[in-house]
Amino acid sequence: MAAIDSMRPQAAKLRWGELDEDDGGDLDFLLPPRVVEGPDENGIKKTIEYRFDDDGNKVKVTTTTRVRKLGKARVSKKARERRNWAKFGDALQEDLGSRLTMVSTEEILLERPRAPGTKEEPTISDGLGGVQPGAVLMVCRTCGKKGDHWTSKCPYKDLAQPTETFVDRPSTADGPSAAPSAGKSTSYVPPSLRGGAERTGTEMSRRRNDENSVRVTNLSEDTREPDLLELFRTFGPVSRVYVAIDQKTGMSRGFGFVNFVHREDAERAINKLNGYGYDNLILRVEWATPRPN
Amino acid sequence: MRPILMKGHERPLTFLKYNREGDLLFSCAKDHTPTVWFADDGQRLGTYRGHNGAVWCCDVSRDSTRLITGSADQTVKLWDVQTGTQLYSFNFNSPARSVDFSIGDKLVVITTDPFMGNPSTIQVKLIAPHPSDQTSDSVLTIKGPQGRINRAVWGPLNKTIVSAGEDSVIRIWDSETGELLKESDKESGHQKTISSLCMSADKSHFLTGSADKSAKLWDTRSLTLLKTYVMDRPVNACAISPLLDHVVIGGGQEAVNVTMTDRRAGKFEAKFYHKILQDEIGGVKGHFGPINALAFNPDGRSFSSGGEDGYVRLHHFDPEYFSIRM
Repeated sequence: MAAIDSMRPQAAKLRWGELDEDDGGDLDFLLPPRVVEGPDENGIKKTIEYRFDDDGNKVKVTTTTRVRKLGKARVSKKARERRNWAKFGDALQEDLGSRLTMVSTEEILLERPRAPGTKEEPTISDGLGGVQPGAVLMVCRTCGKKGDHWTSKCPYKDLAQPTETFVDRPSTADGPSAAPSAGKSTSYVPPSLRGGAERTGTEMSRRRNDENSVRVTNLSEDTREPDLLELFRTFGPVSRVYVAIDQKTGMSRGFGFVNFVHREDAERAINKLNGYGYDNLILRVEWATPRPN
Repeated sequence: MRPILMKGHERPLTFLKYNREGDLLFSCAKDHTPTVWFADDGQRLGTYRGHNGAVWCCDVSRDSTRLITGSADQTVKLWDVQTGTQLYSFNFNSPARSVDFSIGDKLVVITTDPFMGNPSTIQVKLIAPHPSDQTSDSVLTIKGPQGRINRAVWGPLNKTIVSAGEDSVIRIWDSETGELLKESDKESGHQKTISSLCMSADKSHFLTGSADKSAKLWDTRSLTLLKTYVMDRPVNACAISPLLDHVVIGGGQEAVNVTMTDRRAGKFEAKFYHKILQDEIGGVKGHFGPINALAFNPDGRSFSSGGEDGYVRLHHFDPEYFSIRM
């Protein structure tokens, strides 16, 4: 029942016993008016409204918006009039809280396909075209490219190769010159002492890599390295995959390790795949060492 | 640039159209409710309620008072832009696909889909100055083209109607007699369904986008092929910049690849090409799904794209865009 006389401007002495609890609409005068603090020097505008929520509690809603001047626009008179049109249709029920129109948080650029002005270099069909006669023929074991770089200098050294996986026997330590070269060096120089060999770099990167190691348990018995690689590569570049295999039966012993290049990728993989159903078993994915920090 | 994201539609976008002054943006989607937004900051002004099916296309009159929309519920409705009231509804036997006001807004060309034995048609209706005088009579009806006509627009001076559709042939019709004047060449033309058509600001040339992964630029009077722009995906939408020599085309995805694509955020892009040199200028990423609609603001300083994800993205160009050198 509305005991409140709306004609009297000053608030009548309310007897709370007479107030109808469901009558939320009539009590709007109890709320302080909406305050708009205009854009300050940073363009921040605060709008403070009060309303009653579903339980009848008085709620203060503060909306902070940043007003940014996009630029001068020359609008015609008609366009300016249209700016003041009343909203209609579904827009009538809009309140400040609706997030229909939002400025993107990311900066989006018009990405050029390549540096403008440069032409793509014509690729030489014979990969050895760039090598001068008489030089040592460099063969990279990682990407298989000849004449470009050594294995230690391979730009793809941290990434898992599509076909190659970590095998449980030591890789044959053969010299990098698999192909005959015109001018061979007379004495043997170990790879670590050759010109341009990166020593501390590889050790560090390998150690960093082992901290990004993820242990995967409860694998099904016919899971192999390529399967794990396929599953984990969506989170980022993988440098190494290993699945423990019982030599006698040839089946997986149920666990394996995946080394990511980036720690964040490993973290995401753990969050996403732990508990993931893979080939009728639920995977357990965790850090290999007790939470490297 | 920081695009403004407008999520007013629950279903995929189908069409976007700016009014002549460039301060209002009309969006159509499969969710039955065309919406109008302010084109500078993306605030929603209102929605037009009344359709019962996906809205495929819309057009706005020159004075921004009348909006016409074509929908899959077999009607084309005429609305008052300011209040959202429906002024008139044209009924058809099949879904209406494309609508376009003539110059002067006295006539409108409407295409309907082939449906239940009825062939696809192109119809021209008269728009009465006062909504109470409005009748449903067709001034002209053209039947016959095979397959769905995806878009039909008026040619220069309202003398011709240009239509393009599923049979990948562009046809030019006389707007008074309905006679077929020209057809595009089969070898040099598109090889698959034409999904979109955009006229230049002066109607001297137009751009068509097709599922054959290319967009082609044609001369309106002679229907000669001027340029071809190649994409790596089927083209769903295209637009010509009214200010610079740029075209933008947006695409989708081959049906085969849908299950194999990783839906990594924002990978679908609208590609900009130089209109004359045909080289790719760049791409603007951000959509979570194939781009179905593109439109340039008539002042050429901003453009908007609508996607399968239901978002409209409004981009105001950075100053660097206007000084791009090829």
